[in-house]
Order: sequence, then structure tokens, then C-alpha cells
Amino acid sequence: MAGTLPEPFLNWFAARGWTPRPHQLAMLDAARAGESVLLIAPTGGGKTLAGFLPSLVALHEAPQDGLHTLYVSPLKALATDIARNLMAPVTEMGLPIRIETRTGDTPANRRARQKVAPPHLLLTTPESLAVLLASPDAAVFFGSLSAIVMDEVHALAGTKRGDQLALCVARLAVLAPSMRRVGLSATVAHPEAIRAFTGADRIIAVSDGAPPVLSMMLPAGHLSWGGHMGLEAAPQVMARIRDASMTIVFVNTRAQAELMFQALWRLNDPMLPIGLHHGSLEIEQRRKVEAAMAAGRLRAVVATASLDLGIDWGGIDQVIQVGAPKGVSRLLQRVGRANHRMDEASNAILVPANRFEALECEAAIQGVAAMELDGDPPRPGGLDVLAQHLLGLACAAPFQPDDVYAEIVKAAPYADLSRQDFDDVLRFVENGGYALEAYDQWRKLFRDSLGQVHVRSARVALRHRMNIGTIVEAPMLKVRLTGKRGGFGIVLGELEEYFGGLLRPGDTFMFAGRLLRFVRIRDVSLECMEGGDGEPMVPAYEGGRLPLTTNLADRVRDLLRDRSMWETFPEPVREWLELQRSVSRLPGRNDLLVESFPRGDRWYLVAYCFEGRNAHQTLGMLITKRMERAGMAPLGFVATDYVIGIWSANRPHDVAALFEQDMLGDDLEEWMADSSMLKRTFRNVAVIAGLIERHHPGAEKTRRQVTVNSDLIYEVLRKHQPDHILLRATRADAASGLIDLNRVAGMLARVKGRIVHMVLSRVSPLAVPILLEIGRENVRAGDTEEALLAEAEAIIAEATGERDPPPPKRRPAARRVPLQTSLFST
Amino acid sequence: MIAAPVHLAGERLMLDPAGGLFWPETGLLAISDLHLEKGSSQARKGSLLPPWDTHTTLDRLTLLLRRWKPRIVVTLGDSFHDTEAASRLPKAELARLNAMTEAHRFIWVLGNHDPHPPNGIGGQFVEEFVTHPILFRHEAVPRADAGEIVGHHHPKASIPARGGPVSRPCFVIDARRLMMPAFGAYTGGLDVRDTAIARLFPRGGRVFLLGRDRLFSFAIGQLDR
Repeated sequence: MAGTLPEPFLNWFAARGWTPRPHQLAMLDAARAGESVLLIAPTGGGKTLAGFLPSLVALHEAPQDGLHTLYVSPLKALATDIARNLMAPVTEMGLPIRIETRTGDTPANRRARQKVAPPHLLLTTPESLAVLLASPDAAVFFGSLSAIVMDEVHALAGTKRGDQLALCVARLAVLAPSMRRVGLSATVAHPEAIRAFTGADRIIAVSDGAPPVLSMMLPAGHLSWGGHMGLEAAPQVMARIRDASMTIVFVNTRAQAELMFQALWRLNDPMLPIGLHHGSLEIEQRRKVEAAMAAGRLRAVVATASLDLGIDWGGIDQVIQVGAPKGVSRLLQRVGRANHRMDEASNAILVPANRFEALECEAAIQGVAAMELDGDPPRPGGLDVLAQHLLGLACAAPFQPDDVYAEIVKAAPYADLSRQDFDDVLRFVENGGYALEAYDQWRKLFRDSLGQVHVRSARVALRHRMNIGTIVEAPMLKVRLTGKRGGFGIVLGELEEYFGGLLRPGDTFMFAGRLLRFVRIRDVSLECMEGGDGEPMVPAYEGGRLPLTTNLADRVRDLLRDRSMWETFPEPVREWLELQRSVSRLPGRNDLLVESFPRGDRWYLVAYCFEGRNAHQTLGMLITKRMERAGMAPLGFVATDYVIGIWSANRPHDVAALFEQDMLGDDLEEWMADSSMLKRTFRNVAVIAGLIERHHPGAEKTRRQVTVNSDLIYEVLRKHQPDHILLRATRADAASGLIDLNRVAGMLARVKGRIVHMVLSRVSPLAVPILLEIGRENVRAGDTEEALLAEAEAIIAEATGERDPPPPKRRPAARRVPLQTSLFST
Repeated sequence: MIAAPVHLAGERLMLDPAGGLFWPETGLLAISDLHLEKGSSQARKGSLLPPWDTHTTLDRLTLLLRRWKPRIVVTLGDSFHDTEAASRLPKAELARLNAMTEAHRFIWVLGNHDPHPPNGIGGQFVEEFVTHPILFRHEAVPRADAGEIVGHHHPKASIPARGGPVSRPCFVIDARRLMMPAFGAYTGGLDVRDTAIARLFPRGGRVFLLGRDRLFSFAIGQLDR
């Protein structure tokens, strides 16, 4: 019967005083019609139950053996929590349904038992699913599958984990042709793309309910010109925490989380229980904080994106975002953490750390009101992920390349994959795909007389299964807190290896909300003790910062242009903009404002591009190259999310020519080839594609033995086979990632012929923040490792009296910048 | 290119930014840890690394031979990545290598990766090589007399620079001993502050980081800041 639940379900709902929600019944109808659907609903809408309800009903009506429904979540913890939450109705209704999880943490004996006696509902992650599919019994195991439920698909689509999931689903569709697909998503900017990603026939959308109530809160007194930490606002944040029963204080980086946590505790006279949550903390510590939140034992948590996803904690009545929100979708996700009930408005406060961020907060508030979600449509799938998947397929069973190509292009991220690229990826997996046919005897795959592709040996398959996954982490050190007498100590979390390399015994650093004294590094552990004195260092982390989204940037530009909007701005911001208007002008909607002015013995060029930090870094490199050729002697540049500032010895001229599109030719190629960003991207690609293995069977070797330096491989490959498939994959990744070429190209095309150059006699109000960034994060023009090493050598020689200081009129950038400034994420 | 002069056991030695050492007095060029055919060795185990590593390493060696025109070439062990590496050398590379061993007196010090002399490779294979007052061996001996030149550990050092640390292979030297960086194209490195290296330089010393055209010199104690 359409839209109705069987008796036990109705009773179960009624016993709780609940009524099934319309979308839950709609999902049931869709399932009965055999349709695949994408459910778009805000958090707190009973989305997960809606996803599972049809499976529970089906298993109640027709009990069966074998795996019935697979649930995939981006978070291990989410899989575990949902399994627990599902147990309640299943037990209470006495349904004949077994529910289990399978993640990287599942013990081997249970994994083995699951293979023999599969549960009805299996909750897992994309990585564990890929491992299951790479096993020879995959066809039997998944043959009975009726449905796959993909949770938080909006967070997976467009990422490498999403690529992997899409490929796995394409395979499942072959193994279980009648399988329904169910996607669960938050509200997104591109619902159609997410529907395609899910492979759904249609979308069931639930309206977002009451719009959130957002307000901006400034620090008392001065609103900072620069800086991104927002610690000045700690007293106001503390006051808000006191007035609410449970607050999440979201910040943008882990370093900011540590600092804000300390700042709050310094003000915490009533000793309110305030916790800390970020991705580097030990999982156990994070779970403790989460449990304390759920139990209402905390009054506030300072958190990073590590709390963006996850189950409903309940009881949160306030969200405070300190620092720029960076995007409307991200802000909504965070705001949705408060009052996790659809019919009640969420309540959130934005705290900008500086004037530009105040504009961004204002723009974000308007963006939320207009429900203008951002985020680019998912990019095409990565070839490195495809390489990993193809080897996995061969590990499960021999295959015909033609069949597999047809299967792969059914996965949305690979819909446009050319046969040529497919063949090149397959060749890479087979024998490396090198122009030199050197490794024929060690190929990983071979083809039989029928053209079927087989894996060469069980050993290759074993090694592959140990290396499945698309998350590549920087080398990490476990932070181990030892007692006074030494011993094993407790693990607080993990830090990037390079940060450990910067510490010397006795140094103080801030981690996990504690002040710690560095003792030593032993193997893969960083040993430290409680306490320590002196100015602590705060670890900065790679990739902690998201660039400003295009939509939000457009809104900020609109705000600047439209003076009638300024009335709503805080006083200091309004004054700042009025002053800018009188001495220069404001950036327009579709032009590019560039200012130049002298200051001290240098010239400054400031371009208001609003394309996000990554794109600005790239532009900065390319423009300084041009300035160098034009004899302007650029000395350095600095990039923020909003602007680029370049300083030079000579006066900049013919500024429009500096921004011509042809910079994306040879200059770009030359710079990209040597760029550390490209090398970092290559490392990830090489690991995912299986060129460099993370794990080896047998005894765990020391890190040194397994490390193959990916930079060296990159150099060799670039020299001998620049069009190798992995280099192509690297360039494609970088273009949408660290180098953000797509945005650079888009902007150059848009502003062509619309560059407004203001020649000023001194710094403009709008340029002050970028000038303050100089010295904080200081990249010299054409800075290479060589130049940085020479500088470090000169500074140390000078400081230790080995060499006389240079005469005072040297290049200004060589002044002694305190070295640890680089540690403070700004 | 600017080589850096250093002194060991009273002898003047030139450190080359490409990772070689030249001893002008004797016309001797030393290099260490070539790890030839590391690529195919990994391939054999299932990691199909790009196959041009030996080619690249020999290109670099050719450059050094041209620059210094040595009478004697000493390699400090681990010249071949495994015991069968020599037999896997591509024909063209084998020919190049043998041309080198014919044009120069070649001394191959054996290492832990290549403990036995391989077949078909010219030159002389030895456990250690001494030219007074310098002794060349693969792995340092803790209480050795002054004047030891060694390889084995692949030293590298990390310098905190603006924008993050810069890590490079390096020479390490104190009054008694000089440790050479690995010369092979795919050779990784071990930080000089690791105890395995640090205990060999108990009173500190200097590191010389390899650069494009020059070396960058730091006292070991300065690496932390």
C-alpha cells in the first residue's frame, strides 16, 4: 500500500508520539517503485531514518539471508553511531535484522565472520567498501544487495573519496543489477550534479524550514585592520558562552582553535567546562569531547571543520563562527549544528577578525538570507583514483577492458572519460606505462589470449588491498605526553613531521589545549612534557585554510560597489570604505581595481582580485615574473583571499599589460614545473595511483626504508616522459586545487580591457590590511628554495658573528624576519 | 659552480654541490650510495617507479668526471641497490659505466646493499680504501682514527626558512670524519639529527647542503633555529 507503514512500524512511531514525516513515506514509495532517489533535507530532518526505513520495511515483509543494504558514510564514527541508533527500532520492533559496521577499526576476526555470514545491513566507509570489492568473493558477497544508502553525498561528490565511491557503486551495479541507490544530502548549490553523482532517478527535497538567525559581533573597541585569529573578541565570546547552555565556537584553522581555546580559558573565571576539538587530536580525546557534549557536560567547544559533519549532538543552542566564514554553504552547515530541529530557527553569531572579514561576514549573512549556496559543481574524477580502482577490479576477478570502460563511464565523475585516458591508466597499472618498456617482466597485470586482464600474483593483490584509500596525509608524528619519569606516556594526537623538526629540546609549544615542553623525537613519536615557559609556538598545518568561494567573493564586490548597503555595516567598516572612496575608488563588480603608490624606498602594487588565496598565489608568481622582465625589479608579493600586494624597486607602469591572459602560456609552464605545490600534488597522485606504497606486508619497516622520495621521481619523470599519465593527473589536480588555475583564467578573461589603475601618492585605506600581511607571510619574488637557503645561511652567519651584517641599504626583504613567524598561521 | 673547501686530517678537500668530493692532492673523486637500479629493484617488488634512475645517476656522474677530470674514482658503497642490480643494468647504461671504469681508475668500496663484487663491472672492489691519511669506507666506525670518509646514512638536513623548512641532502663534517650525501637518483635521506648520524658527530660539526650551483653551510647546532 502506497505511503503507509506496516503495523509494527506504525505502533513504534505511535509509542513515541511521533508521526512519520512526509519525506520518510515518500522514500518508502520510491523504494516500492524500485526507484533510486536523492533525498535533500536539512540536518535534523530524520534523513537517516528516511534512508533506512524502506530497507527495514522490506526485511520485515520478506525476511532474507545475505546482505540487503549497504550504508556508506564519509566518517567512521558516523557509521558506528548510526548502527547504534538503528539498533533501537530494530530491537524494539523485534525485526529479524542484523546490523554491523565494517571500517578500518573492525577486528580481523569479525571481518572474516562477516564474509561468511553477512549482516543484513552493513555500515561502512568508501575505503572499506573498496577493500571488499577488491576481494575475489565480492561477486557472491554483494550479489544479494538490494540498496545502497550514501550519506552526506554533498561532502563526497567532487572529492577523491567521492570518485572512489562512485566507481565502487558502478561496480556494485554490475554485481547486483537490481540495486537501488539512495543519496542523502544537505541542501546544495548543484542538486542536479549531486543527483547524477548518486545515480538517482529523481530528487526528493525537503524545505529548509525556519531560516537561521544570524548576527555579527565585533570586538569591543578597535576592529583590527589585519590578522585572522580574532582573539580580541574572546571576552565577548566568553560572555555569550556564559549566556547560553551549550555553544560551539567554530574557527578556521587548528592553530586558531588552540589559541582561541587558551584565550577563553584565560578569561574563564567561572570555570565553565570548555572543550577543544580538531582533526589532529587523538581520536579517543575527540570522542570524549563528543560524548561530553552529547551528555550536556560541556558549556562550549572550540572546534574546526572536524565538527562540521557528524551526528546530531543535540542541546546546542548557539553557534559562534570566529573568523571569515569563507562560503555560504559551509556557514549553513556550521549554523545547522545549533538547534538540530527543523522547525526551530538556528541561532548563530559571526565574529570577524578584521575589516575585510567584517565585509565577508556581512556578505555571508546576505547570502544565507538569499539561500544562495556556493561551491563549484563536482570536478571530473581523478585518474589516480581510477588507477587504484582498476587494480582493485583485477584483484577481484579477471576483466575485459571494453566491459570495464563501459562500466566506468556510468560513474558520474567519469562520464566524460576518454577511451585514450582509460587505456593509458590501465597501461600505467599494468607496467608503469613508461615510454621505455623496461618493466615487462614485473608487470602487475597480464592479459590472457582472450584479452582478459588478470592480476599477476596473489602478492600484488595483497599489497594492493593494504594500500587502498584516497586520503594521503603528510608524514606525521604522534605527540606523546610523558611523565617526569619517562615511560610510554599518553598520545595527545598527531602533528606534521616538519613541525617537530623545528623544535629543539626545551621549546614550548601549544597543542591539544596544553602548554607542552618538547623533549625529543624518537622514531615516529614526538615526546613532550607538561609545562614549559617562554613564548609558545603554535603548529600551523598544511591545507588548513579554505579559499573564499566565488559566490561570496561576488557578494563582497557587490557590497563594496553599492554604497546604499553600507548603512548596515559596523561603524569602523563604513568609515574605512568612505575614506577609500575619497582617496581612491572602490573595486567594481566586473572591473579589476589596481592601485600603485610609493612607500619608503619601494613601490607597491595592490590588485583587488577577490579570487581566493590559492589563485592569488599563482597570479602573484606570474605577475612578478612579468614585472621582472619589464625591468620593474619586483622584490616580493603577498596574497590573501581578497588581494595581491606586490612591492618593487622601480615604479610599476603599463599595468594593464601585466594582467594579460597570455601569462598562462610559457611562464605558467615554467613556474609550474618547479613549483613545490605541484610536487606536493604529485606525491598525492603517486600514492593514490599506487606508484608509491604506504603500507607493506610483513614487518612494519622503518619509515626511512619505505620512503621513496617523490620529488626525485617527479623530476626524473618530468625530464623523460612529461606527458606520462600521472603528470597529466597532477596538472589536472593542481588546476582545480592548490594552483587554482581555473579561477585565475576565469578572472583574467573577465577583467580583460577593464583594468582600472589608480596611481596614488600613498597607501589607500583598502590597501592597509595587505601591507600588514607583509612580514607575516612574506614570499619574495621568484623565491626559490635556493634563495631561501642563502638567506637563512646569511642570517645565521650574521647572528653568530661569522659574517658582518650587510650594509643597511640592502634589499629590504632581507631584514631579519623572526623565523618562527612562519609557524603562526595567519 | 662554486665548490666548498674543507679540511680533514690536514688534507684540503673540495665539496661539489652535485654531491661529489674531490681531493686535489691525489686527483681522487669520491661519490657515495649510487643505488644503481633502485627503480627496477622496486619494480621487482611491485612498485613500478620510472625506469630512468640509473640513466639520471650516470648523467650526473658524467658531469662530475668532466668537471674534475679525476685519476681515481672511489664510490663509497651501496653503488648497486641489490646483489642482482648489476645484471639488470640496461645495455646502454652498462656500456656507459664500463667506459667510465676504463677511462679512470675505479675503486668500488662494498656496502651493505652490494656486499659482493658483481660480475661484468670494471674496476676494483674493496672493503676499504686507504690513501694516507684518509680512509674510505661505507659505514662509519664509531671510534675510528681521524680521517674517515663514509657514506651509508644518506644524510640530509632541514633548514627553517621563511615559509617553511627546506630540506636537502648534505655533507656532514667534524674534525675526525666526513659523511657524504647519497648520489643516486632515487635515494631518500635521514635527518642529521637522527641519533644514527648524531652519535657519529658527538661534538657537533658542520653540514653543507647541496644547492644548484653552490653549497649552503650551517653548524649542526644552528639547524634548530
